Amino acid sequence: MNNAQIEIQLIAALVAVACALPGTFLVLRKMALITDAISHAILPGIVLGFFITHDLNAPLLIVMATLTGVLTVFLVSYTQKTGLVKEDTAIGLIFPALFSIGVIMIALRANDVHLDVDAVLLGEIAFAPFDRLVWLGVDVGPKSMWVVGIVLFISILILKFFFKELKLSTFDPGLSASLGFSPVLLHYGLMTLTSVTTVVSFEAVGAILVVALMIAPAATAYLLTKDLRKMLFLSAFFGILSAIAGYWLAHVLDASIAGSITTILGILFLGVYLFSPKKGWIAVWYQQKQQKLEVSLITFLLHIHNHDLASERHIRHLREHINWHDVTANAVLKLAQRNNFINIENGLVSLTDKGLAFTKQAITYIMDNHTDGIESMKQKFFLFRG
Amino acid sequence: MNLQHYFQQLSTDYTLLIITLGTGILGGLCGFLGSFAVLKKQSLLGDAISHAALPGICLAFLIAGVKDTHWLLLGALVSGIIGTVWIQGIVSRTYLKQDTALGLILSLFFGFGLLLLTFIQKMDNANQAGLDKYLFGQAATLMAQDVQIMLWVSLISLFAVLLFWKEFKILLFDIEYAKTIGLPTKYIDIFLTSLIVLVIVMGLQTVGVVLMSALILAPAAAARQWTNKLWIMVLLATLFGALSGISGTALSASYSQMPTGPVIVLSASVIVLFSFIFSPKRGILMREIRFRKSRRAIKLNKALSLMYRIASKHENVLAPHGKRMLNDFKGYSNVIFKKLEQQGLINYRQNSWSLTEKGFEKAANLYNQLGKDE
Repeated sequence: MNNAQIEIQLIAALVAVACALPGTFLVLRKMALITDAISHAILPGIVLGFFITHDLNAPLLIVMATLTGVLTVFLVSYTQKTGLVKEDTAIGLIFPALFSIGVIMIALRANDVHLDVDAVLLGEIAFAPFDRLVWLGVDVGPKSMWVVGIVLFISILILKFFFKELKLSTFDPGLSASLGFSPVLLHYGLMTLTSVTTVVSFEAVGAILVVALMIAPAATAYLLTKDLRKMLFLSAFFGILSAIAGYWLAHVLDASIAGSITTILGILFLGVYLFSPKKGWIAVWYQQKQQKLEVSLITFLLHIHNHDLASERHIRHLREHINWHDVTANAVLKLAQRNNFINIENGLVSLTDKGLAFTKQAITYIMDNHTDGIESMKQKFFLFRG
Repeated sequence: MNLQHYFQQLSTDYTLLIITLGTGILGGLCGFLGSFAVLKKQSLLGDAISHAALPGICLAFLIAGVKDTHWLLLGALVSGIIGTVWIQGIVSRTYLKQDTALGLILSLFFGFGLLLLTFIQKMDNANQAGLDKYLFGQAATLMAQDVQIMLWVSLISLFAVLLFWKEFKILLFDIEYAKTIGLPTKYIDIFLTSLIVLVIVMGLQTVGVVLMSALILAPAAAARQWTNKLWIMVLLATLFGALSGISGTALSASYSQMPTGPVIVLSASVIVLFSFIFSPKRGILMREIRFRKSRRAIKLNKALSLMYRIASKHENVLAPHGKRMLNDFKGYSNVIFKKLEQQGLINYRQNSWSLTEKGFEKAANLYNQLGKDE
């Protein structure tokens, strides 16, 4: 690894963490798409700033682009407040318009300005190490590393000091407002932070991949934990992981670094989405199947309990009586037998003592409308789950 | 070339005609189907789909090895549909919300597409040139063959919408009712979404991945402001879409260096802005005017009822009273006196006023109603 490679990975990791922190709150506040809007809509601000400063890392440009981002948020909420369109439509109307203005501005001045739409949209982190920051005659590293680093430092400070407020207003906006934390102030504070982060990440990863870096680590972490602190750490971790792995993937394929980082994020998300122990696709699918079978089992036991006549309790009769598929019926019978709820003699089904106790308790729970008690009952009685 | 020049050229320049026709049809079709997307509250689905189509385009190119429009569109269609299905999967299987799911699919698919795109570009295949035009689109690459496909898709959509008009309408406005009367809502929904995916994929070549969603949304959002009837809205949206397509092409052809996609989107945005402000029923301007009017009416009524209270304490209710009697009334001003006199409710002289009979009657009515409320 040479120096430039290390620096690129460092910048990528810094950008990833800087995006993951506000991203976590945006995902939790159901405002994920506002990042999409901001990242596109700041283009005119960046272009205007670039016309003036000719430097993507100039403070003036960052301020102007950030203001454009906040303006976008304001425009979206204003449009929404007129009641003429829904919020998502408002987002979808505002950002393409602003983005178009930016693209046209670039196109009109294409000859005298060195700013490429592709570069703005897609970013090129590979060039970041070439733009050095020289302080007191000493080369202290790439400029964008410092810029992103400072923004990250500020977000960590904000997070440290306003963690309580942010947490409360995210999970219980009503309570937080009644306690006197201004929802407007917190909202626009978070939006400003998001805008600044987007602006400084822009050069490295481009407009659309900022969205990926904001949303994907947070969404992946959200599928693994319900603890806000853990979620923040996890999403930062996923961000760093994908930044470094993405760099090497790009190195191998000789392709866009930003695209590779996003691809790694996508693979991470897909993996967690499928295999997360509690909330993954497979786990949820399995739980739903289990639930279905267990509900069927209870229905079946209640049915047996209600019928004393031998003819009503015959296996074959049951199948047409409850109107189950053979597969379902077999699965239910098997589960009941394995749990010692029923005896089958000569094709006649009868409840065991344990089955009787279970059924009776289930009936009381159902009669008292106390159905959540059934879950704990299952824990007590079941040897094998569905 | 300027605008006038453009229209002169239109009759002689075949390429220009094709491009204008293409963007016009595309805009119209987007508005047409976009109406349904907006009313289904899936405004941003288009954004996600258009981004999700990028890896499909690249993969189709990698597999086929040639830049054949049909192949690329097919690839885009497949990956657009995969994206849509995955969004639904995320929303129904996990507790991530719709917005997160949209943002995820949008950015992750796009990122993957970008990886493939840059990978292809380095492959040293002369064929690949122009693949990145799908990012921003380039109307200039439209050919008669593309316009033909657009026409076919338009006809199919038109036919489908006419055929299932009732079903679509119920699905949009009362999905629960649609379910209870036994409509296969799931399949109608899938069918409608597929049509939308199809039109988005077709538009990618012209407007590009980034701005495609606006073309779906904007005409429909503008049309919504002018009417409460579905068929009028669909018709208007089609018109608005076609108009923005054509005017965008005209403008970008008239001024050099103007990219077509963004200009089309800006034209549509201007239509939206105009509709938001000037629509007679919902528009911001008319709403403000109505608001002011009713505020003035309330002021007049307030003044009148105060006068009534003073006048009714005297034997002759029509007797004149000094202007000063009203001094404790905050909203009192000469304008109000004049307005009331214009309406024939009071007689107004230098320093005194008196209720007319008509004014007394109206005020009495007002006063009674006021009393009832209290």
